[in-house]
Amino acid sequence: MKTRRDFIKISTAGAGATALGFSALGAKGFSFFESDKQGPVSDEDLTPYPTYCEVCFWKCAGWTYVDKKGEIRKIIGNNDDPHCNGRLCPRGTGGVGMYYDEDRLKTPLIRETKADGTQYYRKASWDEALDLVAEKMDKLRKEHGPECLALFSHGSGGKMLTHLVKAFGTPNITAPSFAQCRGPREVAFTATFGEDVMSPERTDIRDTKCLVLIGSHIGENMHNGQIQEMSHAIENKATIITVDPRFSTAASHSKYWLPIKPATDIALLLAWIHVIINEELYDKDYIEKYAFGFDELKEHVKNNTPEWAYGITTIEPHIIRATAREMAAAAPSTLVHPGRHVTWYGDDTQRSRAIAILNALLGSWGRRGGFYNPEKVHLPTFPHPPYPKPTRSWKDAYPDNKYNLVTEVLSTGICDATIPNADLNCHLRGWIVYGTNLMASLPDQRKTLEAINNLDFLVVIDTMPMDITGYADVVLPECTYLERYDFVRTSPHREPALALRMPAVQPKYDSKPNWWIAKNLASRLGLEAYFKWDKIEDVIDWQLKQVGSSLEEMQRIGVKKFKREYDDLFWLEGLPDFEFNTNTGKIELYSTELANEEFDPIPKYTHHPEPEQGYYRLNYGRAPMHTFSRTSNNHNLWDLMDENSVWINPKVADLWEIKNNQYIWLKNQDGVVSSFPVKARVTERIRWDSVYMVHGFGHTNKKLTRAYGKGGSDSELVTRVVMDPIMGGTGMRGNFVTFILENPAKENKEDKA
Amino acid sequence: MRYAMAIDTLKCVGCGDCVVACQTENNVPHGYCRDWIVENVNGTYPSLDLEFRSERCNHCDNAPCVRCCPTGASHIEKGGIVVVTHDECIGCGACIQSCPYDARYQHPDGYVDKCTFCMHRVEKGQNPACVDVCPTECLHFGDLDDPNSKVSLALKNRTHKVLAPEAGTKPQLYFLT
Amino acid sequence: MKEELFVSGRNIPNIDPYLNIWHWEIPLYLFLGGLAAGLIFFAAYFVVRGKEKEMPATVKWAPMIAPIALIVGLSALFLDLSHKLYFWQLYTTIRFSSPMSWGAWTLLLITPLSMIWVASYMRDMFPKWDWKFKFLYKFEAWVISVRKPFAWVMMILALILGVYTGILLSAFNARPLWNTSILGPLFLVSGFSTGLAAAIWMSKDKNERKVLSRIDLIFIGVELFLIIHLFMGFMAGTAVATEAAALFLGGQFTISFWVFVVLLGLIFPATLETIELWGYHVPKWMPPALILFGGLMFRFVMVEAGQITRFLY
Repeated sequence: MKTRRDFIKISTAGAGATALGFSALGAKGFSFFESDKQGPVSDEDLTPYPTYCEVCFWKCAGWTYVDKKGEIRKIIGNNDDPHCNGRLCPRGTGGVGMYYDEDRLKTPLIRETKADGTQYYRKASWDEALDLVAEKMDKLRKEHGPECLALFSHGSGGKMLTHLVKAFGTPNITAPSFAQCRGPREVAFTATFGEDVMSPERTDIRDTKCLVLIGSHIGENMHNGQIQEMSHAIENKATIITVDPRFSTAASHSKYWLPIKPATDIALLLAWIHVIINEELYDKDYIEKYAFGFDELKEHVKNNTPEWAYGITTIEPHIIRATAREMAAAAPSTLVHPGRHVTWYGDDTQRSRAIAILNALLGSWGRRGGFYNPEKVHLPTFPHPPYPKPTRSWKDAYPDNKYNLVTEVLSTGICDATIPNADLNCHLRGWIVYGTNLMASLPDQRKTLEAINNLDFLVVIDTMPMDITGYADVVLPECTYLERYDFVRTSPHREPALALRMPAVQPKYDSKPNWWIAKNLASRLGLEAYFKWDKIEDVIDWQLKQVGSSLEEMQRIGVKKFKREYDDLFWLEGLPDFEFNTNTGKIELYSTELANEEFDPIPKYTHHPEPEQGYYRLNYGRAPMHTFSRTSNNHNLWDLMDENSVWINPKVADLWEIKNNQYIWLKNQDGVVSSFPVKARVTERIRWDSVYMVHGFGHTNKKLTRAYGKGGSDSELVTRVVMDPIMGGTGMRGNFVTFILENPAKENKEDKA
Repeated sequence: MRYAMAIDTLKCVGCGDCVVACQTENNVPHGYCRDWIVENVNGTYPSLDLEFRSERCNHCDNAPCVRCCPTGASHIEKGGIVVVTHDECIGCGACIQSCPYDARYQHPDGYVDKCTFCMHRVEKGQNPACVDVCPTECLHFGDLDDPNSKVSLALKNRTHKVLAPEAGTKPQLYFLT
Repeated sequence: MKEELFVSGRNIPNIDPYLNIWHWEIPLYLFLGGLAAGLIFFAAYFVVRGKEKEMPATVKWAPMIAPIALIVGLSALFLDLSHKLYFWQLYTTIRFSSPMSWGAWTLLLITPLSMIWVASYMRDMFPKWDWKFKFLYKFEAWVISVRKPFAWVMMILALILGVYTGILLSAFNARPLWNTSILGPLFLVSGFSTGLAAAIWMSKDKNERKVLSRIDLIFIGVELFLIIHLFMGFMAGTAVATEAAALFLGGQFTISFWVFVVLLGLIFPATLETIELWGYHVPKWMPPALILFGGLMFRFVMVEAGQITRFLY
């Protein structure tokens, strides 16, 4: 029988003293700043261990410095690492706070129900917890088939679990990074150039002469390499053009800031394309040699004049022309940045297409200062039997063959496939969630909860008690990246490089590394054949030896750079013959692929809903010191920013009589009210038709003693999601909020009285 | 020798990396910081100007904190670095009152603490931790008496300003504009 | 619109959002220091003038408060130190540029001297007093024999102490409210006026009270003049000075300063004293109590408000 999952606030669940073994473990293990360790320690008295950062997806390599007492003191970037060049970002530097966080998950927990129906977590041993997970997985496999299991995973630690569930026999492995983030861009660039943008982005910001940012707030999104390269670009006096309704950090560093009306970006892009084509500013040789569909494009944009765009975007025509000419003047070293989080309005693939087309016209794809050709070291996988062939997948939830262009599994698709519906022959019944807080990373929490309530079991593997953790049946505490080995990092870059992560200290509390969890689950599921090794070190050493290195060498140097196989970093310089991986073998300004699927082959501007009177568009973004909702309890980073605020234009604030720093509540168009009050930041940096919040605050799990209740959660206010019909991206910028000045909880109480 | 720092406001994105790096390097207790970021917004939408400044002790040439210290705990070290000797500090707070930059604070252990330009690193020829970590490389540190030091070159090639020059403290933190 | 934010989330205890490093201890200490300076100064003054007999309360009785005030004040100062075990470092060096340093040394001198002063009058005041040891009688005799030069020394030390209570604050150029040279004389005059008030309160002699009241009125007049001068200076000053003055002219300290310090602590008691001098009956405790209250209030307001004022950049 399915029971509704009550959210258990791990330690404060009030489910009786026995419920939580935390009191015993709550002893202060936090001795980092005790007075006997005052003051700095010189580097000679510290031992460095190589690692690569896991606080965000950029994965910069660095060194963890451990003092003579075995305490982690600091993390410093590895000078040889192309991702960071020896300079970690604030989150990487503050990674120590992840290790020392006294709120960490400390022991496996199992959900139990008391006689009176209340639910609580019981502290369990690893054997007990793993036995239970294996039992549930085995039951699922026998009764419904292994395809009814899904894995949500984020971060490098997920690879081992991915291996486990593939061996188990399910194809439903997903990360919110596609449908909630960069999916539209990858699909659009693949449709245009036959290749995607990848991560880290293959953008040559370092050498660019003109950088165009459309809603991309580099500097606030702390993608380390991009920040560093933008700084080089500023040093080199590159022209920066920033399109953003908010005066972002990047906008303040730009020559041109285009304060665009939200949701009108495609109009601006089409006008730019119009100017570049009509003033014949495009790269004629490049287009002639490589492009397909130029005439169709020219015809398509003939009416998209700057004057037309002015009425839509509020950007003055002469500015549109001037910026288009600046771009053309610097071409091909002009980079119209594809952005990263691009799921905004549901036509995001088309907007990304317009960006790709603009880059094509400027000839920046494959040229210096545009997009380079990244290369990575190919590490062979450790030998294992072939994975079983799954017979069904999440896509069966959509019987009409939707999403043919989707290149990765949609996390929201997993949700859809979990909620029973008549069309489904098997809905998903078990989830393993690794390292992602689905309550904050997926839009429309109500739907996520509905899916969760339909599960047979939910296993959460994490280091911290996040919001999602409270819904789990079994919680498995993982040790942090500073306490474990993971697979060697091999990611595409200008120069291929490998980076090692090794433990600097033993795991704190009763936490275990992901590989240990996966291996021990495998042995309980009869999948030993896929894990024919004792320790992950054996696998890493074997892999490294295949490419001429070894674990011993990597432990010494941390990062090893390799020579590029081909000297083709800017492979289209000099306009050589080249066949693109598209239907036509050319850069498709007119997309045959989209046309085949009956989508617009060339992007069109469509009007999006606008806020009603008294409502403001909810824009959200990032702060350089936090990674989504993952870091808000990290003491070092919490010190930098302990809550977010809602940015309100002074004119709007005047109208509402909202004062700076006043705590207010937000209510969205569907009547959802923020759980916690949010501080108002009355600032000129935001347009009067929208408000802005940094994502990742307003945690509901009380076990996060620092982050609980601090700030507002934009995720809970994103209840209207516009699906991108091309690739299933979840457009989240179509939500509107209004302000509540009095505590709504109080009002409700009065109503009841 | 005269150590100084130049901060490039055209590059700084206000990420706060300098603050965390200082915290871990110098074991600064949580809730305190020796350096910090100021965000300054001027103007009316859409005619705006935004400046980020990574600030810390200015290691003033004419340091009021050194002048008013009753015990000599606050003193000037080689290269003009203003330092507090913890065991001589009585925690009277006079230096905190005297600093126009609010760069000092009372350490939970009682003594007054502040930025040391990472003297323990500088002595060995390293940069302060904040300088070495900055992703935008907007911090330049060095000896003003050496015309080829990074800071000298930065000041030579760029326009710059100091904070509250009217306080007469002759601060040695220069902000490139 | 101009806004300034600490993005790094700076929220250091007692520093942010505005400075509040000195709490009740320092204003109390400044008040007691000023009070003791006033008591000692006038006791010594009337000894120098040879008016010991006419002014018994001022010369003998009131100075008994001085060492108590100084010890309580010093205790408050000690309580304010955050690194208390190292307080002795104060007396390992003399730093002339630091008012705190020479204040500490002045206190080290004037506190025992004020005790000796009181002790030298003990047998005058309490005829049955017995010093028990012979050398103490010898010492007493010596002190009495050098009483006039002793009084001169005490007058000078009292002046230094009185001025010091103001200069301690005015030496901080980072706090625009304090950074004015008027603060030294102002605190001196205010301290002396509280000393006079204490003496008036303790005096049972009508003539002595009359003399003291007249002097006190002059001091109150000077104090009011200096306060007006202070604000004229601020208003004519730079942005930081006018901002400092604004705290008192419509800002958060307007009432506490103008009503409690100026009106209740200066003008009202001065009026009462004048009425009393004209021969009307006024409750004896009232004018001195108000003056003492005003003096205490004044120091609290100045210390609290001064910490808020800062340079703008």
